[in-house]
Amino acid sequence: MHIEPEEIAETLEMISRHHLDVRTVTLGLSLRACAADDIDEIARRVYDRVTSAAGRLVPVADAISREYGIPIVNKRISVTPVAELIASCGACDVSPIALALDRAGAEVGVDFVGGFSALVHKGIGEADRRLIDSIPAALAATERVCASVNVATTRAGINWDAVLLMAHTIKACAAATSDRDAIACAKLVVFCNMVEDNPFMAGAVHGSGEPDEVINVGISGPGAVRAVVESLSPDADLTAVAEAIKATAFKITRMGELVAREAARRLGVTFGIVDLSLAPTPAEGDSVAAILEAIGVERCWGPGTTMALALLNDAVKKGGAMGTSRAGGLSGAFIPVS
Amino acid sequence: MNTPAILSVLGEDRVGIVAAVSAALAANGANIEDIRQTIITGIFSMTMLVTVDEEACAFDLVQAALAKVGDELGLQITLQREDVFRAMHRV
Repeated sequence: MHIEPEEIAETLEMISRHHLDVRTVTLGLSLRACAADDIDEIARRVYDRVTSAAGRLVPVADAISREYGIPIVNKRISVTPVAELIASCGACDVSPIALALDRAGAEVGVDFVGGFSALVHKGIGEADRRLIDSIPAALAATERVCASVNVATTRAGINWDAVLLMAHTIKACAAATSDRDAIACAKLVVFCNMVEDNPFMAGAVHGSGEPDEVINVGISGPGAVRAVVESLSPDADLTAVAEAIKATAFKITRMGELVAREAARRLGVTFGIVDLSLAPTPAEGDSVAAILEAIGVERCWGPGTTMALALLNDAVKKGGAMGTSRAGGLSGAFIPVS
Repeated sequence: MNTPAILSVLGEDRVGIVAAVSAALAANGANIEDIRQTIITGIFSMTMLVTVDEEACAFDLVQAALAKVGDELGLQITLQREDVFRAMHRV
């Protein structure tokens, strides 16, 4: 047999015991052809574009999940930042576009639609301001739509006017959904260095450098990495820890790459990137903080945390880069900050 | 189209496991290429390399037939395309 039983058992254990999964298969869609002078016309075009392009996404992802035995947790859509569609329409409230995205997302069965977004790191355009002003109403009235605003980049610095505007927007989002645990805030990301090919929510957008349609995959597996680190001998040195993480990251990434290529092939769209982020879940042990503690930090955010995080990110990227030639997206660690 | 796949069976040992799994595979046009099987402290563990003839029987129908055997015998049976193991464990 080409594959050893131990290797089969390892894969099955990673999936069943350590919560290894493909966190998301995200279809990026350009909506640039949907721009129009009238808000209702934009909404109609957006609905038609999403439902016609993404109709097969969920059935294809579900079939791949069954055939390969790999859980695919979320199926999502990212779209062109909506602020780019509304420059020539004068509507102050552009939330009808969010409602159209929500309806289209429900129609095709995806979990989230990201891209009710604007990029304002060097200045706030008139259309950007209308979009940001519409975010609280849009997120309160929809279930699946996610919003994001980029307020800073390493090159341009921080747009403090935008930071203040977003601070007010976050409060308005909380107030608009105060009867639902301020859920609108969970669907809003304020970014520094937004990327164009991020498959993760709530910050996914389909950037201007992307093709019309593209499949991006986000892998996960903090639990699998933690289990490998915990299985090391207590006197293992940091080189051994890094090597173990690299080997595991390679396997996880190859799984993501396989799913991404297969999904792109079946859907007939371009394969974009594999995002090498370690994204935790509420499941016990499926936590980035637990990995840092398994590496040897007594308690996450105690002394040594930054070093352990740097080691983890470095090893994940090195193992992941060997596993895919298309690393992209955020490719970082989702870490607790409070 | 012949699709290589890995079948893994795990559960309490009992009479007829190999017979039931093999019968389900044969009934659905899947060929057994290789088998490895062990029993450790009463736990039956078997991995098979099989080829599924998807023109004779769709992959998900073979999975469904095996799931039925798993339910009847109280076993955990998974059938996965072989590519995933090759991708994860071979450079």
